[in-house]
Amino acid sequence: MIIAEKKPIEEIIQEVKDFDRILILGCNECVTVCEAGGKKEVEVLASVLRMYFMAQGQEKTIGERTLERQCDHEYLEEIRNIIDDYDAVVSLACGVGVQFAAEKYLTMPLLPGVNTVCLGANEDRGLWTERCQACGTCVLARTGGICPVSRCAKRVLNGPCGGSTNGKCEISKDTDCAWQLIIDRLKALDKMDDYEKVAPVKDWSTDRAGGPRTVTREDVKI
Amino acid sequence: MSEYVSNSRLERVLKAGHLGVTSECGPPRGSDAEEVKKKGLLIKDYVDAVNVTDNQTAMTRMSSLAACIHLKLLGIEPVLQMVTRDRNRVALQSDILGAASFDIPNMLCLSGDHQSFGDCAQGQNVHDLDSMQLVQTVRHMRDEGKFLGGDDIKRPPKIFVGAAANPFADPFEIRIPRLAKKIVCGAEFIQTQCIYNLDKFKEWMRRAVDRGLTEKTFIMAGMTPMKSVGMAKYMKNKVPGMDVPEEIINRLAGVEKKKQAQEGIDICVEHIQELSEIKGVAGFHIMAIEWEEKVPEIVERSGLFPRPEV
Amino acid sequence: MRLKIPTNFRIIRLPCTGKIDIIHILRAFEKGADGLYVVGCMEGDCHFNEGNFRARKRVEQAARVLDLIGVGGERVKMYNLSSGEGPLFAQYSIEMVNKIKELGPSPIRLARQRMSKKADAA
Ligand code: SF4
Ligand code: SF4
Repeated sequence: MIIAEKKPIEEIIQEVKDFDRILILGCNECVTVCEAGGKKEVEVLASVLRMYFMAQGQEKTIGERTLERQCDHEYLEEIRNIIDDYDAVVSLACGVGVQFAAEKYLTMPLLPGVNTVCLGANEDRGLWTERCQACGTCVLARTGGICPVSRCAKRVLNGPCGGSTNGKCEISKDTDCAWQLIIDRLKALDKMDDYEKVAPVKDWSTDRAGGPRTVTREDVKI
Repeated sequence: MSEYVSNSRLERVLKAGHLGVTSECGPPRGSDAEEVKKKGLLIKDYVDAVNVTDNQTAMTRMSSLAACIHLKLLGIEPVLQMVTRDRNRVALQSDILGAASFDIPNMLCLSGDHQSFGDCAQGQNVHDLDSMQLVQTVRHMRDEGKFLGGDDIKRPPKIFVGAAANPFADPFEIRIPRLAKKIVCGAEFIQTQCIYNLDKFKEWMRRAVDRGLTEKTFIMAGMTPMKSVGMAKYMKNKVPGMDVPEEIINRLAGVEKKKQAQEGIDICVEHIQELSEIKGVAGFHIMAIEWEEKVPEIVERSGLFPRPEV
Repeated sequence: MRLKIPTNFRIIRLPCTGKIDIIHILRAFEKGADGLYVVGCMEGDCHFNEGNFRARKRVEQAARVLDLIGVGGERVKMYNLSSGEGPLFAQYSIEMVNKIKELGPSPIRLARQRMSKKADAA
């Protein structure tokens, strides 16, 4: 899923302070699971903003709404009839949701309430970690199912680099070396021979280097 | 390995079966080239070639290529170090051609320390290619005379291509396979990480010989003299992938502070002499960090002077 | 045993303090509460193992937020008690009530009063 993290309250206050009627818009998907932008977080942010402005002697209308998804037209349509009651929207969806909402409601200021961090997994309670950078040409079949693009700090495809120490990456003792993990897994799979196959120069045009990416499916189109 | 692929003196020395000697010099953090030239001239007659580091530890410095040119113009043979951290395949290929235009005959391909260690921790890194793919790229440009994109190169680069290896790196089970992989990619010489644990190094070397790898590449053992017991402890505890045995630390600690530097040089010389006898060792890469003036003494006392005529 | 406890607070009963969420705490302040304290079982004695540890974290979270928006994090506190400790419960309530008196009314309550006066005047 997409992993996001709440923006500091101070930053959000700065962004919204000049608006009187603010809608806090949550999303029921990824950001709910990673506890950054679901219904609960909408409630908390709304309450905090109300209190902050109240204490400042300012009366503001702070609305709350959480959509099934913000990256889909049909759900975003659900706020069409209420959107004009507001001067600005703070979206707690990932960057995709914020933008999709902005595209739909052209004259409405849309402010991000979270920082979108990565594509990751819920590794443990309160711990979300990156697993993929959507490079567009997946190499997992050749790397024991561990991604060197997202999990190696240098995206080394023929690793490890010289900095791997006791299973950890040179950037930090808290970061696993992706190539240690790859080698452990190749060993477990009894495929160490694969290690010596040289990974060819990668086609990064399917990564962000190639510009905005799209998937077109004629068979799905109506 | 008979005909020459470049005009590299280092290549000729190694192919003639002599022990090769290289050293290293880091470009300055400024635009004054005198420093590099001074360092170069200090060691000129004692080494076959001088590695010029490429923004080492991700600290911004004068470009490796520019510093190489300064040395080359003084008649000192450079080894252009190139990391894949800062440049994409366009820039790498273009710098290779730039180097070749000055007839810089050697290159060492590296991935480079992560930028978080340097002065631009908030910068992007590139890593379009990795170090092995960079080796392949130079070889492709030289041997096929073509760019990665497939077009012909007018006057392809004539460059002797090297890579780095760490005989003590983790995970240990791939130390030899990783070396083999670099050789398959086309590394013609290897410069190793600094060696202090001779037993472990010899074991690594034995395996490299057993796998026939030393028939395919020249392995130059990395040597760095210790300046003090403090440096030895730092290397042991702080530098990733460094193996410094307790006995080295004890030996340095055993002499008075004033004499530790000399003791460090003595250890270095003894190690070179001992490793010269080891099968597969093709030469030495002496990295006297900010201590270049000691290189002549080390080379001389190790019996590697004068450098052979080739 | 009859215990004298202050009368100016309201007790809200929960099956376990683990049920408490930061939003419950914030809502209380939004509605005009001057202070709030959570009384959980002794640490290590939670029926559901971690309920009271979770509660403590949430109370801390709420305190941080309240500090940030100028309401004051000292207005929330977590206590731990075992069920037989009535006198201690009384002591904690007195302690908390005194503390809140010292701090004075919450800025939110004051703001609410001002707003309703304005509304009345209009
Ligand atoms: S190789 Fe690319 S697509 Fe596959 S997991 Fe890694 S980043 Fe994602
Ligand atoms: S230590 Fe491992 S994960 Fe870190 S950059 Fe090197 S190969 Fe990648």
